[in-house]
Amino acid sequence: MSGATFRPSELVDFLVIGAGAAGGVMAKELSTAGFRVVVLEQGPYLTEKDYKHDEIRYTYQPGLTNDPKVQPITYRKNDSEQAKPLKVIEYGRQVGGGSVHFTANYWRFHESDFEERSQFGEVPGADLADWPIKYADLEPYYTKAEYDLGISGLAGANPFEAPRSKPYPLPPMPVKSSGVLFDRGAKKLGLHPYPAPMAILSQPYQGRAACVHCGFCEYFGCEMRAKSSTLVSVIPIAEKTGRCETRPNSYVRKIEIDAHGRATGAIYFDANRREIFQRAKAVVLCANGAETARLLLLSKSKRFPQGLANSSGLVGTHLMWDSGGLAMGLFEHPLNEHKGIQVTRVLHDYYRADPKRGFYGGAGIDARFNYYPANFALTGLPPDAPKWGAEYKKMLSQYFTHTMSVLAHTSSLPQLGNSVSLDPELKDAWGLPAMRVTFDFHSDDVATMQWALTKQVEILEAAGAKKTWTAGITLKDMLPSVHLMGTCRMGNDPKQSVVDRNNRAHDVPNLVIADGSSFVTAARQQPTATIQALAYRAADYAIQAAKRGELG
Amino acid sequence: MQSTRRLWLSQCVGIAALADIAAAQQHAHDAVRLSTPPPFQTLDLATAAEIDAIASQIMPSTDGPGAHEAGVVYFIDRALSTFDADLRENYRTGMAMVQQKRTEMFPGSASIAALANDQQIQLMHAIEATEFFDLLRTHTLYGFLGNPSYGGNRERVGWKLIGFEDRMAYQPPFGYYDAQENK
Repeated sequence: MSGATFRPSELVDFLVIGAGAAGGVMAKELSTAGFRVVVLEQGPYLTEKDYKHDEIRYTYQPGLTNDPKVQPITYRKNDSEQAKPLKVIEYGRQVGGGSVHFTANYWRFHESDFEERSQFGEVPGADLADWPIKYADLEPYYTKAEYDLGISGLAGANPFEAPRSKPYPLPPMPVKSSGVLFDRGAKKLGLHPYPAPMAILSQPYQGRAACVHCGFCEYFGCEMRAKSSTLVSVIPIAEKTGRCETRPNSYVRKIEIDAHGRATGAIYFDANRREIFQRAKAVVLCANGAETARLLLLSKSKRFPQGLANSSGLVGTHLMWDSGGLAMGLFEHPLNEHKGIQVTRVLHDYYRADPKRGFYGGAGIDARFNYYPANFALTGLPPDAPKWGAEYKKMLSQYFTHTMSVLAHTSSLPQLGNSVSLDPELKDAWGLPAMRVTFDFHSDDVATMQWALTKQVEILEAAGAKKTWTAGITLKDMLPSVHLMGTCRMGNDPKQSVVDRNNRAHDVPNLVIADGSSFVTAARQQPTATIQALAYRAADYAIQAAKRGELG
Repeated sequence: MQSTRRLWLSQCVGIAALADIAAAQQHAHDAVRLSTPPPFQTLDLATAAEIDAIASQIMPSTDGPGAHEAGVVYFIDRALSTFDADLRENYRTGMAMVQQKRTEMFPGSASIAALANDQQIQLMHAIEATEFFDLLRTHTLYGFLGNPSYGGNRERVGWKLIGFEDRMAYQPPFGYYDAQENK
């Protein structure tokens, strides 16, 4: 936690809001380009010394995520319902954001993901659209992200992969039993499993040690600094420039504008709930796919009565969900899946949407085990198993070491009515309107999940599972959503989108918005690589614009 | 510091009180020696015994240690005293509901803990669809399988049952199938 220290009255070049997957990248790119940067992060500044193998703290309590006790979220299925408090959305809330506690899956999108509207056609009831950029526009930035952060994988192993200019910087992680079984089952079915690309170091990289396979990745912070979060990779580089200050416990409530409609900085609450205004020539909003929209909606002014950068009325709309069903399999011999990272094999055979199926959608499928002792006991057994008593106890003793999952990551259609908005009644602990989420699946989303589940079970059976079962695919089964996408969609038409093709707000020339909110479509989930590639690209354009004097 | 504190004590209290303190010290010493469980912070002893009985039906002591041996009730007391303090009311009303159910089903019975095993199982079936049972089950499982530093999972009995080791590092192979593949 070194770096520069700026006074709030100092006019810095860039004010970055959110120090997560995107904000960390922005901090590094902008500060190493010579600009003075303040990064405001609502959560604390933790390090690997603060993390523990403690399930009670991280799967039961929100140790690294938003806490609904202080930041309540309300949910309703549609706008005719009264929204009720429910933690439907979860995000990382510390320096490093979700890149600290995520599973570390690091998939690039496919070329087709950027032009599905053209390729697939219209989907009734949804706003499927092409992105204003193509895969080729983003490719150099995917590569940059993989090398800056440290990604392990095997280039060319996925026959459906989009072209890449360079291989992964690190070889893939060692395969687990779930990966071996997935390989066997999938190959028997003529499919193409490949080593999972992961933001986890398989070998020492840039001064960080390799993973020691402790198994505590998803939901946890890495005690070894082997998970390639922005906290351990790019943020230290930003701070080393002496031009970047990371300011934790700083909860922004409003982005301010001047009489010309240009952003001038932001007002935030510090750790003591004092209001502070930080001045800046330009503002970069990276608060995640849900909080970014909420902050714009909170930033009302005479000029922007429906929220900042919201002349289109689209801020908050087209929220997409972390969709996909779960299949489980029990095997004869011990897998000991609690050892090692969660995911070691993936397949993209079912990725592309195909009109012949009769619905829009596709799935990326992985072999995994993201259970720890207590959450396995709570939800890991088959639905027909007893929930308590001697037989339940006996099953736990057999299943924990012998079970694996096959999880689908499925498309989620962008719909106008699915949104993040401000709750008209409920307030958070700072007195700000709570986040209200309105969401319901499109019928094609459900059809895709059902269809993918049959494929998942097929793989487990082909792998020789003694028993298979599936979890439900209602919204209740998919809470909370952790892939936050689509609430400030990117586009060329200011009436149909919030940011332009270079992530600048159509309405505010010196406001850059770069995180999951820019996503036009959800691809097949696993958005982190694309969030970060977009951030690298947006930083490049912001640097050029700043050098031309356009930003301040 | 120690001597200062003793001095302060002797100035503030009378001779009789000093004798009481000596007795208390002896008691504390015995408590440690006998490894008496720590006192409860939130639960009263009677309620703790009832919760222990329910937790012991969720994770019974058949074929090895269960919720009782793991000290689940101490975890629950810790939870209700700290991060789940806002759930105390749920426990108060929830336990009242269970007790009412018990007296309906087994008139004249003294407590849940005093019921015969098969009666306890009948009572569990009668409440297993309630929200309070979900809460008790969640707490029991976190107490049985969570980090022992919270007062449960004593001697790591929960982890031993399911085959979980809590180590900071492993080397592949991790399981039977990857070992087979890398032979």
